[in-house]
Amino acid sequence: MAGWDFLRNVWFLLIGVLLAGYAVLDGFDLGVGALLPFLAKSEDEKRTLIGAVGPVWDGNEVWLLAGGGALFAAFPAAYATVFSGFYLALMLVLFALILRAVSLEFRAHDPVRRKLWEAAFVGGSVLPALLFGVALGNVVVGVPLDARTEFTGSFFTLLRPLPLVFGLLGLCAFLLHGAVYASLKSEGVLRQRAERTSLVLAAAFAAAFALSLVMVGIYLPAALKNIPAWFFAAVVVFSLALLVAALKKGRDGRAFFFSSSAFLGLWGIVGAVQYPNIVRAADPDLSLTIRNASSSALTLKVMLIIALVGMPLVVGYTIFAFRVFKGKVRPGGAGAGY
Amino acid sequence: MDAVFLARLQFGLTAGFHFLFPPTTLGLSLLIVIFETLYAKTKDAVYQRLSVYLVKILGTVFVMGVATGIALEFAFGSNWAAYSRTVGDIFGAPLAAEAVFSFFLESVFLGILVFGRDRVSAKTYRLSAFLVFFGAHLSGLWIIIANSWMQTPAGFRLEGGRAVLTSFGQAAFNPSTVIRFVHTILGGWTTGALVAMAVAAWLLLKGRSAAAAARLMKPALAVFAVSAVLQLGSGHLHSMQVTRTQPEKMAAFEAHWKTMNGAPFTVFGIPDEKNERTLLAVRIPKMLSMLVHLDPEGRVLGLDEFPKDERPPVFLPFAGYHLMILFGLLFILMGVWGVWLQARKKLATSRAYLKLVLFAVPFPYLANETGWIAAEVGRQPWAVFRVLRTSEAVSTVVPAGNILFSIVVFSLIYALIGVAGLTIILRTIRGGPEEPVAGAPKGQA
Repeated sequence: MAGWDFLRNVWFLLIGVLLAGYAVLDGFDLGVGALLPFLAKSEDEKRTLIGAVGPVWDGNEVWLLAGGGALFAAFPAAYATVFSGFYLALMLVLFALILRAVSLEFRAHDPVRRKLWEAAFVGGSVLPALLFGVALGNVVVGVPLDARTEFTGSFFTLLRPLPLVFGLLGLCAFLLHGAVYASLKSEGVLRQRAERTSLVLAAAFAAAFALSLVMVGIYLPAALKNIPAWFFAAVVVFSLALLVAALKKGRDGRAFFFSSSAFLGLWGIVGAVQYPNIVRAADPDLSLTIRNASSSALTLKVMLIIALVGMPLVVGYTIFAFRVFKGKVRPGGAGAGY
Repeated sequence: MDAVFLARLQFGLTAGFHFLFPPTTLGLSLLIVIFETLYAKTKDAVYQRLSVYLVKILGTVFVMGVATGIALEFAFGSNWAAYSRTVGDIFGAPLAAEAVFSFFLESVFLGILVFGRDRVSAKTYRLSAFLVFFGAHLSGLWIIIANSWMQTPAGFRLEGGRAVLTSFGQAAFNPSTVIRFVHTILGGWTTGALVAMAVAAWLLLKGRSAAAAARLMKPALAVFAVSAVLQLGSGHLHSMQVTRTQPEKMAAFEAHWKTMNGAPFTVFGIPDEKNERTLLAVRIPKMLSMLVHLDPEGRVLGLDEFPKDERPPVFLPFAGYHLMILFGLLFILMGVWGVWLQARKKLATSRAYLKLVLFAVPFPYLANETGWIAAEVGRQPWAVFRVLRTSEAVSTVVPAGNILFSIVVFSLIYALIGVAGLTIILRTIRGGPEEPVAGAPKGQA
């Protein structure tokens, strides 16, 4: 069954690509959402930031739905274990994402409840930005599973040191990405504020990254011997350094490129440490891997065809949309949207 | 309250609320394509204003559809883990394909429809309108493929209790997919078209923007009338398919207790499941045999053919199916009346008709929901028809209290979204189609 194993490896990689794509794309609009009250001091500044994400956030969020759908199709046992096991955490993320999804449209058109919808946008951005890392930290460090690969912990099982530090690191990465995007799309005082915030967040990212390495050393020492993971760790470190350099020169586009590559580096580390596990179990024999959790070879093949036909189209018109809405957002100007 | 009941309640509430929005999107996106095409052909600015007007309404409806759809993508893992493990090999692929082929397309080009009119050429804008229309319908196809596979599963074999895909083509185009897709899309067109007709009717009754309102009414009425008439045919074919592939479901739709030749159609009645009879029944002799077999003496299987633990409940499928048909027939009458008025150039002035259109706005939504309830409750006790029981599909590790908590929060959030969204849509409608278009930033509240 060499063909089947090849397909399983491909799908491990492709789901990583979808989730990393989500982190890089929706990452900046989650970050902008979380930073809105700190970056924007006036209604005009708020409109600039909201206008910068308004036309694109929805397409960005589809990467999460595509990742969830692909996980279901390719590794249904992992999809079932994680989302039933992490039930309350998933519900919190869903509540946040649902309120966030309507918040921008409603903020613009429902003036009576404007404050409420703005809070929904901010809160709906912070909570997922934090919880994604916590969830990922759990499947990486290992969760208690029984012989039927059912999760046997509770909500509080999820709140262990390594997952919490991963949550913090994820939050820093989202915030940094959002702050850099904000400076890319704005001008004047707002841009200066976003650049200063980016520098602070780059330092916070570096600190959280160092703390995460310590946590991995304590709770997952085997990962320290993983050579590819060190390569991706180097990508993260260099990206951060180059990002700071770009920011200091006022090269926002380049800084955005490096905050993206820092994010991709984080995903590379997770993928390298995690392979071939999808959900590591406290008892390693019970772990859900690309072998025991996967769909049939035929399903994986059909899915691969769907991905090979569909994803180039997606990349094509995503680039098209970003070109249509490229450039600085000016409050009240054309394209300001909300 | 047990976890199975609560998991079903949660799915029913979240999917039922979500299902208010996609049908509206289907119909409105079709009308936007029509108005953009009319504008391109005639260069008459009224058509562009009408397109802008409908895009604003669609923008709000679409965002509510997106928001309420998020939970469903993960619900199979969270509440139906055993289902996901058992049939994930088949069921996951259409959901993933829907995201890859449709969600990206719709969301990217809806962004251009709502925010990009002054940033792209007229031709690109028209293409974007078409792609939103196309993406919405393609999305419907994938989700109907997934749901139809639960109704009439095909293209798989069972291996150690798990369903394993043997033919993607057979699984995707199983015996009920095509007719259920047509039936659902026509329901969506009826819904979106009636919403647009109601907007036009309101403007006409208020004496506002009369010329634009009349031009909004005409294509909307055409779509509505044609869809309503076609729906009679698609509903008929769908019923024949259900009779062929899921006879116990048809028996529940009709409260048809005993197998017989020349079975009557029950027009009205109150099914009494305990005693297997229908109270206050009004029946048309031989009509059911005629409808489902095109033969007045045709043999129609009754619920007595099936073991008690494999029979669907009768009351909800019966009530849902009959209400849906009632609304469907009403839509045909409304369509015919409207076309008759239009032909005599009296449509814009017939206050009785315009008021009926306004009054009827909830009906297509009720028809969609009752039809869906009939289809899904009629499939019980199976999650996947004759393959996996609903009671065996549920997550075993999720405590009932957690599900209950989520139901309460979902209900609160959806009530808030529903009220705020409806308020916004009504305000957009009140704004009228007269706002100037060129270069003006939209949505500056």
